[in-house]
Amino acid sequence: MEPLRKTEKDIHPMDDLLRMDRIPHIWCPGCGIGTAVTAFAAGLAKAEIDLTKTCIVSGIGCTGRVAGYVKLDSFHTTHGRAIAFATGIQVANPDLKVIVFSGDGDLISIGGNHFIHAARRNINMLVICVNNFIYAMTGGQVAPTTPLATYATTSPFGCVEPPFNIPYLADSSGAVYVARWTALHVRRLTNSIAEALKKPGFSVIEVISPCAMYYSRINRLGDGLDMMKFYHDNTEIRHGEDTKNLDIGFQTKIIVGKFVDRERPTYMDSYNKWLSGTKKD
Amino acid sequence: MKTNLKAVLTGTHTLSGNEAFIEGAFAAGCRFLAAYPIMPAIETIERYLKRSAEVGATFIQMEDEISALAAVIGASWTGKKSMTVTSGPGFSNMMEHLGLGVMLETPCVIVDVQQSGPSLGIPTRAGQGDMMQARWGSHGDYEVITLSPSSPQEMFDFTIKAFNFSEKYRTPVIIMSDEYVAHKKEKVIIPRADEIKITPRRYFKGQKDKYLPFKRDKDFVPRMVDIGDGYKFHVTGLTHDDKGYPIMLEECQEYNVHPILWKIRNDTEKIIEFQEIGTKDAEIVIVYYGATSGAASKAIKQARDLGIKVGSLKLDTVWPFPDKKITELAEKVKAFVVPEINYGQIVSEVERCSYGNANVVFVSHGENGIDNTEDIVSAIKLALNEEKIKKGIIEYQSQTGRV
Amino acid sequence: MKYWEKPFGKEKPKVPNGEIHILKERCKGCGFCVEYCPKDVLEMSDEFNTKGYHPPKIMNEEDCVNCGLCETICPEFAIWCTLKEEVALEN
Ligand SMILES: Cc1ncc(C[n+]2csc(CCOP(=O)(O)OP(=O)(O)O)c2C)c(N)n1
Ligand code: SF4
Ligand code: SF4
Ligand code: SF4
Ligand SMILES: [Mg+2]
Repeated sequence: MEPLRKTEKDIHPMDDLLRMDRIPHIWCPGCGIGTAVTAFAAGLAKAEIDLTKTCIVSGIGCTGRVAGYVKLDSFHTTHGRAIAFATGIQVANPDLKVIVFSGDGDLISIGGNHFIHAARRNINMLVICVNNFIYAMTGGQVAPTTPLATYATTSPFGCVEPPFNIPYLADSSGAVYVARWTALHVRRLTNSIAEALKKPGFSVIEVISPCAMYYSRINRLGDGLDMMKFYHDNTEIRHGEDTKNLDIGFQTKIIVGKFVDRERPTYMDSYNKWLSGTKKD
Repeated sequence: MKTNLKAVLTGTHTLSGNEAFIEGAFAAGCRFLAAYPIMPAIETIERYLKRSAEVGATFIQMEDEISALAAVIGASWTGKKSMTVTSGPGFSNMMEHLGLGVMLETPCVIVDVQQSGPSLGIPTRAGQGDMMQARWGSHGDYEVITLSPSSPQEMFDFTIKAFNFSEKYRTPVIIMSDEYVAHKKEKVIIPRADEIKITPRRYFKGQKDKYLPFKRDKDFVPRMVDIGDGYKFHVTGLTHDDKGYPIMLEECQEYNVHPILWKIRNDTEKIIEFQEIGTKDAEIVIVYYGATSGAASKAIKQARDLGIKVGSLKLDTVWPFPDKKITELAEKVKAFVVPEINYGQIVSEVERCSYGNANVVFVSHGENGIDNTEDIVSAIKLALNEEKIKKGIIEYQSQTGRV
Repeated sequence: MKYWEKPFGKEKPKVPNGEIHILKERCKGCGFCVEYCPKDVLEMSDEFNTKGYHPPKIMNEEDCVNCGLCETICPEFAIWCTLKEEVALEN
């Protein structure tokens, strides 16, 4: 291991990739979103892609603020619609690589329909979904990812809804690259991001991340560091695992790894084929 | 701008309003359409696809109207003139991103081919029930330029105008079409490309690190850049400063949002267009727009034949509303007659601007739909016979269709 | 003839030694860097920054192997490392 980029003494190595004029950011102490952003910036650097042709779109939520801290052409849009917005960008200018960086509630609940359809179409974009099992920004309500029996402000007796398994949802909807890491797995997450950035098509990386303010408080799980320690002791890397087997229960083992890496024509591949009249080949 | 000759179908054609809209859009430089299928707007998409390959325009059918307008706003930031088209139920879905378009100050065009409502209403019949929704449907304060064509030719012309306004003011512009205008087939004259006035996008040309996406120029309108040009800008739907960074202060709300309204309010004189006929000596003025044009014109002729001094004011621009014009006319005339295919929308604007100086008679959507010439004529007579100025709107009671 | 393998022990393997930089004011005291530094180079200090958090302090910089983990795991972009020198491993 070695640092991802060389730098000067008083300049953070990601200085040119982040809007340092906005730091400190809004995230709480012990929140994993900042870690995911560092890994993302490192992944951007590692992928060595043309950053002027790369843009980022976020929805709403704590994670939705990410676009505002990344020094790319960046859009902070409406709740759940980042993927739809990004679809317009990508289709209007296929030379652009678009990243959607948002939360589990944003992408999987209110934006769930856009998520599955962009995956089905295989729009060329990378979706990074920070899953903290909760609606954090609004104060800790049940999310579509909240494990059964977990407490949230809107499930004071324990969550009664089974959660979505995000990799399985992405896989079955047609994503070409699907991985899951936790905020602790910074190296692997960085490598995964770098890899997915170069992959044409709809890629999804789920980042399990501590919400020290609500999820862990409401469920008495300690602070952000305690959550990281839990990930340390309770995650297992299983590359290529069938995405069906990736359910997450309350404080159960979390399986991480790269699960899907396949080829499929992107929306623009098919569109251009149709446009040039070579539909059949 | 490079003109694509295939994009401008110069000549005289017989086109429906829906088809004329697409030709107008291509002539205006539109190259991106995202939409979700709905009657009675569907033929627009079909026309677009028939021509898109030769014009070099992109289409995507989205999963709903929420995403359609989101995609349009995203696409617009790549430098492509972009639009979406829908009808009432989809227009309701679009309200969320109408607000985003306003807040991100993104040029784009939205066409609402109105049908009867509320909810599912009658998808195959004309309506004008979304007029207030266009103005007030998205939460928060905004101004939105809204045009109302009444024929395929106007559909063509107004679409070009809509794109021009959207670029000039960096804002979404709405065209309120309706089932009648959409399906009516008529002769449409398409001029030569060099005769069509196009407002190009106005770009920031300075240093890469100096771009402020919301810094207003002298005309109150900030300049744009395209994604991928290397400016690395940020924009947000939250209240923001010139850099596009969110600032959660009242002071910034005033700094940011008020000028978004002012950039249009300051220029209403340049934006508002109407067709005013025979109002000089008129006792009664018919105020109408869009689908009611046919019946209104017939009624005016009939009333004039009866010797009644009737003038007319056809609104080409509905929003911003021609307040001044109505106020000025109210001081001269006895009454306004306002026919609409709804149960009272623009008529309340007419009443508001009359300040009690003239009666306002409303002819609502009745059982004859847009073929309500008789009702309009009767309403004119009613208005003429009313001696006193009444408080509020006088609703003309159709003799038929009431139980 | 070409030998691909060098005789064992001829060259001492080298390890990098890093110099750690901490922007104390950015730190929110989450402790991630302290907990996960593989060389236990860092420790939480008793000192407060102006926001009231305890930033980490450097205990034994000579042990830092410039691995960059603290840099990537820090949610606040408050800590990073630069290469000071490559030193030959004793024994
Ligand atoms: C249309 C709409 N509905 C509701 C909200 C309120 N809201 C803001 S953030 C949020 C939840 C975000 O949850 P998630 O995406 O998981 O992000 P997190 O804060 O957990 O990172 C909600 C419901 C909103 N902003 N817009
Ligand atoms: S509320 Fe939770 S998710 Fe949001 S910033 Fe705080 S710790 Fe992070
Ligand atoms: S670079 Fe590695 S060894 Fe050095 S302080 Fe950071 S985590 Fe520890
Ligand atoms: S990881 Fe960063 S924020 Fe957390 S204690 Fe270390 S320096 Fe401070
Ligand atoms: Mg969440």
